[in-house]
Amino acid sequence: MGHKHPPTNDSPALLREQTHRIAHLARLELTDEQAAMYATQLSRVLAYVEQLRALDLEGVKPMLHPHDRYGEPVADDPREGLDPGVVRRLAPESEGAFIRVPKVLGGTEGGGA
Amino acid sequence: MKTDGSMTMAQAAGAVASGRTDAEGLVAEALDRTRAIGSYLNCVLQLLDEDALARARAVDQKRNAGEPIGPLGGVPIILKDNIVLDRGRTTCASKMLERYESPFSATVAKKLEAAGAIVIAKANLDEFAMGSSGENSAFGPARNPWDPTRVPGGSSSGSAVSVAARIVPGALGSDTGGSIRQPASHCGVVGLKPTYGRVSRYGLVAFASSLDQIGPITRTVEDAAIMLDAISGHDPHDSTSLNLSPTSCAQTVSRPIEGLRVAVPAGVIDEIAHNGVRTVYQDAINACRSAGAEIVEVALPVFKSGIAAYYLICAAEASSNLARFDGVRYGSRASVAPSQGLEAMYKESRSSGFGPEVQRRIMLGTHVLSSGYYDAYYLTAARARRLIKEAFDAVFRSHGCHVLLTPAAPEPAFRIGEKSDDPLTMYLEDLFTVPANLAGVPAITVPAGVVIEGGVALPVGVQFHAAALQEDTLLRAARMFEREVGFDAQPPAGL
Repeated sequence: MGHKHPPTNDSPALLREQTHRIAHLARLELTDEQAAMYATQLSRVLAYVEQLRALDLEGVKPMLHPHDRYGEPVADDPREGLDPGVVRRLAPESEGAFIRVPKVLGGTEGGGA
Repeated sequence: MKTDGSMTMAQAAGAVASGRTDAEGLVAEALDRTRAIGSYLNCVLQLLDEDALARARAVDQKRNAGEPIGPLGGVPIILKDNIVLDRGRTTCASKMLERYESPFSATVAKKLEAAGAIVIAKANLDEFAMGSSGENSAFGPARNPWDPTRVPGGSSSGSAVSVAARIVPGALGSDTGGSIRQPASHCGVVGLKPTYGRVSRYGLVAFASSLDQIGPITRTVEDAAIMLDAISGHDPHDSTSLNLSPTSCAQTVSRPIEGLRVAVPAGVIDEIAHNGVRTVYQDAINACRSAGAEIVEVALPVFKSGIAAYYLICAAEASSNLARFDGVRYGSRASVAPSQGLEAMYKESRSSGFGPEVQRRIMLGTHVLSSGYYDAYYLTAARARRLIKEAFDAVFRSHGCHVLLTPAAPEPAFRIGEKSDDPLTMYLEDLFTVPANLAGVPAITVPAGVVIEGGVALPVGVQFHAAALQEDTLLRAARMFEREVGFDAQPPAGL
């Protein structure tokens, strides 16, 4: 996948169709009206964040977390988890020892693109 | 002894320990106040009445038997409803979790209960802690006790309101970009965001994991220190919790700092558009001088990029964290025809379960993490984040300042509905609070004055920051300021 440059301020950063695509990636379903609203709002936000490109970031290491070093290794010992009965009660639908879900393959949208 | 909710945590704990009042009475009165005031201000989503009263009686029995009741024995508190308890519901003010009952309690809740505190209620918030006004709750906005037509700020809206309205002396909030400090400022109370990793996040429903931190909202700096001491410390359940002992800030908070050096960002006064907030901030600088501090002007131009970096990073992390709400293991599931399959169920459940701001941030995050945009947006924001951290380092190391003083928010509490149609304008509300989260440093807002808006007095806070893990210094400086300013205004009685 080639590098895509963020759009300039002159054109909206997101079109309604793109917003539908992003919503699909996020597993959200939008009406056309919602997609148009989010396209406008998110385009404004994306135009605003363009200011970051004015910073001199050459050679600056991305900071992904406040701690330079975190996640101390822990012993790989088994620990007690949640009681399976509790887990089943939390699930919206369960049957016997299992959590029930709609069929995974063959749904109208191809089941998990 | 009848109380009116005006006792601080320290006073309430002392009153119970000495037997001047019973925990049961204290908790019953707090529950009464919640029913009387809290329902009007919509600051509480759930009361834990019987459970809280039973726990209070147990504290009284212990005390009467001469057993230790803990430093917060019998003190009623409220938790933001994104902090789980092993009883009642944890909704995150979302339809997605409307009926969710956690099987375990957050570490902070266990620690506060071990210290004797009694959780009486769960507080309203912006859905999944995403918001700066409290308006993004699926259960309606909380109202500001100083003027109920205005927002209390967010996202820890109900926690700040509960403390400001004297329902409880202390509450917990969570702060990802200012969500403790900004509502505390808008409600005239104290709000502390500890150093990232100081307090366990185990049992906090995650929004943006590299930014989230739980902290206290109280009426005094001393109480903030007491609560921090109770909730801090290493937790093996949270791999980002630092391997440190709990703080002991309450012991030292009243000791002034000799030769206090207070940094102020150069030019910030000219950038505050609101006249009242500018005056309060200018007065706060003068108050620091009167308290014996030296004021040091420092250039922090990169702070202006904070909002842009923050909203990219928090949205990216939110889109990942909230992927877990898929209608399968917990939370609400939309009913779809069996023939529609799993993906349709995911989409229906998420679209009907999440409110608009949550969906907006999930989509923004999904976009900036998507192939081809990751470098341009997410990594650029992460690089800017490092510059902000280095700017803080310069303040505390090169300039040798103990604390940095900034405004808490660009303006006082605004009217409900005033900004809800424009997400970007709402995001700018966090201008002064996001740098601390990006860098992971501790920061506190303290009431500094009032401004008159539409004939109504509204509180305005200021914010102190310190270097990572320097909560002791931060709280001592904040206490010096609190003493110097002597803020004693209160929201109108008889709400």
